[in-house]
Amino acid sequence: MSTTDKTPEKVDTVSVTIDGIQVDVPKDTLVIRAAEQIGVQIPRFCDHPLLKPAGACRQCLVDVPDAGNGRGFPKPQASCTLPVAEGMVVNTQATSEVADKAQQGVMEFLLINHPLDCPVCDKGGECPLQNQAMSNGRGESRFVSSGTGGTKRTFPKPINLSPQVLLDRERCIVCQRCTRFAAEVPGDPFIALVERGAQQQIGIAENAPFLSYFAGNTIQICPVGALTSESYRFRSRPFDLVSTPSVAEHDACGASIRVDHRRGRVMRRLSGDDPAVNEEWITDKDRFAFTYATADDRLRYPQVRDAETGDLRPASWPEAFAVAARGLAAARDAGGVGVLPGGRLTAEDAYAYGKLARVALGTNDVDFRARPLSVEEADFLAAHVVGTGVDGSGGVTYADLETAQTVVLAGLEPEDEAGTIFLRLRKASLQHGTRVLALAPFTSRGLRKVGATLVPTAPGQEAASLAALVEQAAHGVDKNAIVLLGERLATSPGALSAAADLAARTGARLAWVPRRAGDRGALDAGCLPGLLPGGRPVSDPAARVDAATTWGVDSLPDAPGRDADAIVAAAAAGDLAGLVVGGVDPDDTADPAAFRAALDAASFVVSLELRATDVTAVADVVLPVAPAVEKAGMYVTWDGRVRAFPEVLAVPGSLPDLRVLAGIAEELGAPLGFRSVDEVRAELGEMGPWDGDAPVMTPVAAPADAGAGDGLVLASWKQMLDDGAMQVGDKHLAATARPAVAKVAPAVAAAFGSTVTVTGDRGSLTVPLEVADDMVDGVVWLPGRSTGSGLLADVASPGSRVTISGGDD
Amino acid sequence: MALDEKTWDELREIAARYPEKRSGLLPMLHLVQSVEGRVTPEGIEACAEVLEITPAEVNGVATFYTMYKRKPVGDYHVGVCTNTLCAVMGGDEIFSRLKDHLDVGNDETTDDGKVTLEHVECNAACDYAPVMMVNWEFMDNMTPDSAVQVVDDLRAGKEVSSTRGPRLCTWREAERVLAGFPDGRVDEGPGAGPASLVGLGLARERGWTAPGGGASAAADGAPASTDDTTDAAGAVEADSPSDEAAAEKKEAK
Amino acid sequence: MPDVLTPVLTDNWDAAESWKLSDYESRGGYEALKKALGMQPDDLITAVKDSGLRGRGGAGFPTGMKWSFIPQDNPKPKYLVVNADESEPGTCKDIPLMMASPHTLVEGVAISSFAIRANHAFIYIRGEVLHVIRRVQAAVAEAYAAGHLGKNIHGSGYDLDVVVHSGAGAYICGEETALLEGLEGRRGQPRLRPPFPAVAGLYASPTVINNVESIASVPSIVGHGADWFASMGTEKSKGFGIFSLSGHVRTPGQYEAPLGITLRELIDLAGGMREGHELKFWTPGGSSTPLLTSEHLDVPLDFEGVSGVGSMLGTRALQLFDETTCVVRAVLRWTEFYKHESCGKCTPCREGTWWLVQTLAALEKGQGSEADLDLLLDQCDNILGRSFCALGDGATSPISSSIKYFRDEYVAHLTQGGCPFDPAKSTAWARQEVSA
Repeated sequence: MSTTDKTPEKVDTVSVTIDGIQVDVPKDTLVIRAAEQIGVQIPRFCDHPLLKPAGACRQCLVDVPDAGNGRGFPKPQASCTLPVAEGMVVNTQATSEVADKAQQGVMEFLLINHPLDCPVCDKGGECPLQNQAMSNGRGESRFVSSGTGGTKRTFPKPINLSPQVLLDRERCIVCQRCTRFAAEVPGDPFIALVERGAQQQIGIAENAPFLSYFAGNTIQICPVGALTSESYRFRSRPFDLVSTPSVAEHDACGASIRVDHRRGRVMRRLSGDDPAVNEEWITDKDRFAFTYATADDRLRYPQVRDAETGDLRPASWPEAFAVAARGLAAARDAGGVGVLPGGRLTAEDAYAYGKLARVALGTNDVDFRARPLSVEEADFLAAHVVGTGVDGSGGVTYADLETAQTVVLAGLEPEDEAGTIFLRLRKASLQHGTRVLALAPFTSRGLRKVGATLVPTAPGQEAASLAALVEQAAHGVDKNAIVLLGERLATSPGALSAAADLAARTGARLAWVPRRAGDRGALDAGCLPGLLPGGRPVSDPAARVDAATTWGVDSLPDAPGRDADAIVAAAAAGDLAGLVVGGVDPDDTADPAAFRAALDAASFVVSLELRATDVTAVADVVLPVAPAVEKAGMYVTWDGRVRAFPEVLAVPGSLPDLRVLAGIAEELGAPLGFRSVDEVRAELGEMGPWDGDAPVMTPVAAPADAGAGDGLVLASWKQMLDDGAMQVGDKHLAATARPAVAKVAPAVAAAFGSTVTVTGDRGSLTVPLEVADDMVDGVVWLPGRSTGSGLLADVASPGSRVTISGGDD
Repeated sequence: MALDEKTWDELREIAARYPEKRSGLLPMLHLVQSVEGRVTPEGIEACAEVLEITPAEVNGVATFYTMYKRKPVGDYHVGVCTNTLCAVMGGDEIFSRLKDHLDVGNDETTDDGKVTLEHVECNAACDYAPVMMVNWEFMDNMTPDSAVQVVDDLRAGKEVSSTRGPRLCTWREAERVLAGFPDGRVDEGPGAGPASLVGLGLARERGWTAPGGGASAAADGAPASTDDTTDAAGAVEADSPSDEAAAEKKEAK
Repeated sequence: MPDVLTPVLTDNWDAAESWKLSDYESRGGYEALKKALGMQPDDLITAVKDSGLRGRGGAGFPTGMKWSFIPQDNPKPKYLVVNADESEPGTCKDIPLMMASPHTLVEGVAISSFAIRANHAFIYIRGEVLHVIRRVQAAVAEAYAAGHLGKNIHGSGYDLDVVVHSGAGAYICGEETALLEGLEGRRGQPRLRPPFPAVAGLYASPTVINNVESIASVPSIVGHGADWFASMGTEKSKGFGIFSLSGHVRTPGQYEAPLGITLRELIDLAGGMREGHELKFWTPGGSSTPLLTSEHLDVPLDFEGVSGVGSMLGTRALQLFDETTCVVRAVLRWTEFYKHESCGKCTPCREGTWWLVQTLAALEKGQGSEADLDLLLDQCDNILGRSFCALGDGATSPISSSIKYFRDEYVAHLTQGGCPFDPAKSTAWARQEVSA
């Protein structure tokens, strides 16, 4: 199936003359952008290419002696709102005194009430107002010398729009970029213009702060220093910063970011500009959640467990490698070693785990999935996901989302779980009329903002809802539809099978959207029991030979491997003696208690971690690894896009997982054949994708009794900002998180007060109650990781039955 | 203070008057003022909830229009026009006298909570200058003395009538009318004040009238010129001001 | 030649209960509606075009042509919106019209809506005129009850709903797109044009926005014919209009006359300037129209005549000031008004009015220097035509025109170190104080 059936659209162009230079631009192009085509930068503030034109600041005035009809405009025109017309003649400040004077006049007006506190302003040095005042303003303001000397408007200094975003009203030029962004892009108009005239300012309502997951973008697009973040303000000057482009590590979206650092320390992160992925927007998590890498509990040196005291003690790298290798060799021989890399790795690191398992530990017991999973899912990934991508292999892209007729969401809450997809879906819905169908238990605020139509679906019922879509012509699921499948579908038996069936029967295209940045890369790198790198099926002898040849080994293990759940079970049962654990939080796994029991039961545990965790606490060898910022690597996004990034900070002794694993493998006598990221990339290139047959998925039928039982079904997902390990360290960001609440149907809510206690097979949780008007009967929703140790540890597995009772009030 | 169920119903009723409910926001805020005595945070949240918009958006509207008050308003809102014509004709003096007399500044309320004094912009009664508005009813041709008399009477609880309208109600009652709930005072007061009638009176006196219906003095039927862009840059009240008017005409051709 | 004064809109204002339907109908009210409902909507548009009626809200755009811009092939609903936000300083004609004869407006709304095929009309009345709002609310209710509004009006099959909408205090809402914002429950800040309201106005649907007096003139045009209307007025400014005299004239008030009457004639009708005083300066159409002086007494008050002397007919809001009035004080006050009413959207108007007030305030106190006069003119140059809407332009009118005619008076403030005028002398009661 080809990526699209689109024929290239013929673009109508018009010819205009700007500053005497003729240029052909697409019809409807705004003059301000047509001028950019000939290298003329018209000064501007309110204009932003991704926001609707406002025409508010009037800085971009140009002279238009001929509007294309032989008649000119008698007065200067705002070039940010004026579309080109055939034959139009435009003179900018470069060639027109009228335009130049108009621009200087506007600039003078803008500055009369501006505090001119550039020396203490965060924006100083990267400020469009400062820069354009220099390039397009007059040397001196006449304001101070006029009349009795001008009196500036003053406001009390910064006010909080949110716990994170501050507003300095004196600096604000009310260009409305921030309010337009909030209203148009994420659909969070929690800031608005308030007051009027010279008192007009940006404001919030009392007790209703600017709590948007995307609020930080307003700081970045503010053309003055009016908006600042608590996290960054007064921390550094732009000209002291070194900027390195990178890729965000918090989700599977692969947002382009810019990391600004100074003397080895990250000071802030900004959105990159990547039209194919995140345009110019990132989530607040991508922007502000980076201090985890410098948290106090960061591991800085290897540790081994002292045989005498039983405590961890510092060790040298060679010793640690040797101890790890010795222990793993023993475990390998005593029953085997399971490898749990986790989902946060770069593709190169994941590749190293997969190879270590196969060539050094002789096992297929490797699984990147550090969360609830299923065999059906692994089958699905092998049959339908691995190897798909944006390079002509049929993968769904962001651009496809934007122009799709219909997008079906199943097991996916984009605003919380994939912010970049959320923004693209909202754009698709608003600008292209894309219809969004959401298989979910209720219409969340995020779904409402993408204009989604709810297909009411209780957890566990996804297979039935997907199957029903085939029959319902009204829903219009056909080959022009895209179905986005969240990783949570692994917990809904039959759902992924039903999705595959839906695609087969309608021609709709599927895409799998995991939550973690490393999941998709780990899949492609062979970190599943049934898959070798490049989608090679372990079960296919030819595929094994192919991989073995590249790896220069005689053969690869052919015994079917265990998935993560089976590894945990086997370790707990004593069938597996050793574990190699990457960045896995036990409380994220399907059964946190079982995971801990497995760690305890295993005779030898090697932990590769960034910071001290429950795993490092019990590990026999703890090997510190580098956070993303301290290594090069690449993530593979949900759409199969390879997103490579360079090392931002060079920190001696901060090693990527692959280097650590190489060290262990060498001690084991089974070298991995690489020690660096570049070497892994070269090998990945050599390996290439599997060109043989992909495995065929064995469909799983939804259980007949799905939906039956007592109590309520627990629905859940993780909110974007929660207690996740990679969000520690920025209290201002944390304060913008959504509070934990239980959401229930109105009829259920009527029976309780303002709080409820939800009780599952693992424990109870008491939280405030909130009504979701269209909640499916018999469902209660709780956030996955916003309380205590999270739902999986404290209450129950999503999809299972819980009971609710009144809270303490 | 929570809004009562009746108010919630009336807020919804206002929203339902319009093809799109957000159109109800201005009268809804008037209703909030009639109930709460000002625009309160609770009122803002209620409007936001009924209209399914954010409180920030409501706040943006509530702070844009000058009739919406964030501080409690007295029973009688006394607005003295101090725009140029009224100011020159004595509005400045009236305002100054009232400030002294009531011992309040602009946009402040007397200690007894009766009178809030504010200077207001042109209220479209220039032929009655200087003009004072009490709860947005006309008090025409005021003098400093007559203005003082009005506020004294109001504070003393006497019934006062608009010089060109009904008996004065309270500010909250007035706000309720603005929200679209009539108060039955429509037939009080005259149809027109004296200044409104001077031209008509003169015409009656001198026997002047418009031409008899459908007169024969037909012009040649040439439609008005469309080329009047020169005067278009002006009044804000213009039906179609500014350059765009020219463009609009071009477009139509 | 028509008579000097031609009461049409004002003709019933002196009736005992002029605002009531019974009174209005007793004079033939709503007959024009019945006639209109028997006509083709396009013929109504043609009639209004032929009448030569030009917008009475200030700009004078031909009303019939505006109606004809409504794209009838657009499947969206069409809307009529009446601009009853009369707020331009000096303008005081629509308010007495709606108070005295709201049914004239309501009938006009019904006919105009039928012509443009709108089934929903809105009357946006500024909020600060409580009794006027009562009268219009009641008139609409009476009209519904009498079948002049509502479903299947007079058996024609035509439906029309009318909503009376109270504003809340914002001069800018007189600008038609800002008014639409207010009507949509938003901040009254002007919208980008294009799209023009005729194409995408209220709720992004085709919308006609007309001034009260324009709409109120429609029943008479339908009733008496386009030719009758066009028989009044001047060649390009047809018909009658209400002229509002205020200030230092003996009998301020409303004078309804054919367009083209002169101020000299009007002052005569009003009994002259107040005794012992002379006209010094005046606004032809509200404070946004450049000031004129006694040298302009014979300018025909029609669109062409007034623009011919560098001002605008505007709303025929003739504010007359005699020689006791300090022009600097007057202009400062107007400028403060524009600063207060600037919506804040665009830089030149928001910041420019802030600065203009400071410069003018200093000059009024005799502070600053003569160079500040040129600075003022340059500030005006940087606002005029640079702002988002015409409010900024209007703010410059009193300043530039007053400096043009009264530069010496500004300079006198500087040389005398303050205002040479006694404000007490220009009050309405000044004479009594003098004689006392």
